[in-house]
Amino acid sequence: MSTDLQTLLQEAEELAFDIDSSYVKAWKEKTGGLAIGYLPIYVPRELLHAQGCLPVGVLGAGDNLEIIRGDAYYQSYICHLPRSVIELGLTGRLDCMDGMLFPAICDVIRNLSGMWKMMAPEKLSRYLDVPQNFDPETGGLFYRHELEELSADLVKLGARPLTDEALRASIEVYNRHRVAVQSLYRLRQDEPWKVPSSELYLILRAGVILPVEEHLEMMASYEAAVRADTTRKPMDQARVLLTGSFCEQPPLGLIKTLERSGCYIVDDDLIQVHRWILSSIPTEGDPLDNLVQAFLSDTIDSPTRYIDDGVKGAELVQRVKDSRAEGLLFCAPSFCDPALLDQPMAVTAVEKAGIPWTSFLFSENTGQFQVIREQAGTFADSIKLWS
Amino acid sequence: MSKNQMTPDVQKDSSQLKQKQMIAEHYTRLAKAPDTGEKNAYTFVPGNLTELLRSFDLLPVLPEINALQSSMRGKSREYIAIAEKLGHSEDVCTYVKCDLGMMKSGNVGPTGERLPDPDLLLLSYTGCFTFMKWFEILREEYDAPVAMLHVPYQGDGVITDSMRKYVVDQLKTKVIPVMEKVSGKSYDEDRLKEMLTRSAKAEDDLVAVLESGKNTPSPIDAYFGGVYYIGPIFTAFRGTQDAVDYYEALRSEIDERVRLGKGPVTPEGEMKEEKYRIVVEGPPNWTSFRKFWKMFSDEGAVVVTSSYTKVGGVYDNGFRHDPDRPLESLAEYCMGCYTNLTLPSRVDMLAKYVEDYNADGLLINSIKSCNSFSAGQLMILREVEKRTGKPGGFIESDLVDPRYFSAANIKNRLESWFQMIQQRRDG
Ligand code: SF4
Ligand code: SF4
Repeated sequence: MSTDLQTLLQEAEELAFDIDSSYVKAWKEKTGGLAIGYLPIYVPRELLHAQGCLPVGVLGAGDNLEIIRGDAYYQSYICHLPRSVIELGLTGRLDCMDGMLFPAICDVIRNLSGMWKMMAPEKLSRYLDVPQNFDPETGGLFYRHELEELSADLVKLGARPLTDEALRASIEVYNRHRVAVQSLYRLRQDEPWKVPSSELYLILRAGVILPVEEHLEMMASYEAAVRADTTRKPMDQARVLLTGSFCEQPPLGLIKTLERSGCYIVDDDLIQVHRWILSSIPTEGDPLDNLVQAFLSDTIDSPTRYIDDGVKGAELVQRVKDSRAEGLLFCAPSFCDPALLDQPMAVTAVEKAGIPWTSFLFSENTGQFQVIREQAGTFADSIKLWS
Repeated sequence: MSKNQMTPDVQKDSSQLKQKQMIAEHYTRLAKAPDTGEKNAYTFVPGNLTELLRSFDLLPVLPEINALQSSMRGKSREYIAIAEKLGHSEDVCTYVKCDLGMMKSGNVGPTGERLPDPDLLLLSYTGCFTFMKWFEILREEYDAPVAMLHVPYQGDGVITDSMRKYVVDQLKTKVIPVMEKVSGKSYDEDRLKEMLTRSAKAEDDLVAVLESGKNTPSPIDAYFGGVYYIGPIFTAFRGTQDAVDYYEALRSEIDERVRLGKGPVTPEGEMKEEKYRIVVEGPPNWTSFRKFWKMFSDEGAVVVTSSYTKVGGVYDNGFRHDPDRPLESLAEYCMGCYTNLTLPSRVDMLAKYVEDYNADGLLINSIKSCNSFSAGQLMILREVEKRTGKPGGFIESDLVDPRYFSAANIKNRLESWFQMIQQRRDG
């Protein structure tokens, strides 16, 4: 690995696990802008960007923070992510956020929005309700109104008002970002040995902290470096799609373990905010409407989203085909309702399609990977044996 | 056997008999539906659209109620095991798994007769994301049309015009057209208004019954007894004359208990001495319902009010179904149910309950299955303690999974909590 690549990955790792929010604090000092934290999975970052705010993904502290007080807020049967978010909050590590957004994806994050209101009454804490009705005249109008309210809240905090011109420019830059992320995903699909998932993960996670423009540069440098790296050679690994980890993120060690156990991860649900909207959002016409329309009709089929006329699991099966995966790893956080309630339906669909699969649970601070390593290794071996 | 038939000595008043008869008739109609041609809709308790369904002559079937009744009949362990064998995780809501297991075992309802397959799956999605997944699972099992009503959450503690409009628009464009198609009948607003008028009447009486807990002694137990009182209005009967009659009878019986200064009726008979007045947050455990209740009644603890009796409507804050604004008021009803309230609103409400009902403190029964209720409850407890100065209690159990009911543990915790209350009183 070249020194440049090493430096880049080190920088990405520091950003990805910057639990002290050092980067955000420095950014605020430099720009005087507002930092707005958001929980998984998706918020319309284009809107925040257009108003001059820095959208900051709050994806949990992983295995980088000892939970001392957060556990006193949650019973043992609730997933780990909210504990570490509370811990980050109680230890002052999120004080630099001028506001926090809690997207409507599950009851835990929903209730956390109210807890945040009580913990930080002086700060903006907003539940971002998203429609489960995808008719533009119904769910679309509702969502547009939610976005207008959010925008007004940001203005109250001191952000600049939203203009069509600024929003168009932000959509454009995020369109470029989507293309760049897709390019990395495609490269990993084509030559997974060139783009180890443990690296891609760091690069993408850094992108929930960095301003989009800087992240574009980081992705471009990374792509150029790995394309140029001739030392990376194909190995006899099984191609797998990793699913279920769309909210609480697996520890980096788990991703590395999967790779070491003989898997090439060729598609995944990690850091999904970057890929939630599937294609470029048009910039002509009313840009806010375009943002709304993209949410209604051009997003991935997440377990958190009601599948109206579609067939459950069909999109997952298609992703397996598109990524030429040979097997599927269901890798959900323990106690994650949306992932675990969805899984049996997804299993039915993948079995019908004849796709091999296996499943295991994790928590963001899982430290022992031996069992998963053996399971994934056996799975990879069986795929290679029968393929 | 229905939950009411399970506990014949809980309440022997005419309201009790009336409720038993209503439930029996309802299940008989459902069982005979394949022959009579009556149509049904599977739907949920919180924020349900009973009046609207009934205005189309669609009979409601409520999977949560089936699950809890399966549990009271001792069936839930087996049903949950069936679902888990099919690949459903140990970590998710046991109502879902119990319902699925029941379906896989022949869909036999509480009266021992087979429930009909759904003619409509009405996913009214209020206050809990699991509902959405539950109906996706049911949709895989049945070949029935689905109407989805997405009810926005009161994230800022208020219902805005945009939220109301969103729900009303869905009623008009999604829900009503599907109901028309399934029932073969046109939307009849006058009929709906008549039902809403009856709902409001029954709601008045229900509030009077629930607020009787402010008396000392309280004539009711508003948690264990409360689940019977909310039964008809939260389930299949809101908007019917039967519900009006039931609540009228219940109210007059409770008024009489107040007049006579009587305490609540428990499985062990009438409670003689009211030693502790408590507020309970969270659903009850159904697998050991009587044993659980006895742990309270043995100690002279009366639940004077509870949040669980508000999952199908927080009527004591003044909300009533309004025949003059039929769809708007249905929308407000859906959005106003307890689990659709944000945590600060829940804290306000519970702290106010502790004060208004002159209670000794708040007890939380934290349910493993239910993130909607449970996530954040430890913070609720601390906040309510802080505001009221009264000690809080915390126990854990599950709805219908007997593996998560540890009687000894719960009893110990309750006893220490009661002791703490006593010590505070003694100064
Ligand atoms: S991990 Fe799952 S249950 Fe936990 S907050 Fe995320 S989506 Fe919700
Ligand atoms: S999670 Fe709670 S509210 Fe949701 S279906 Fe289960 S018990 Fe009901």
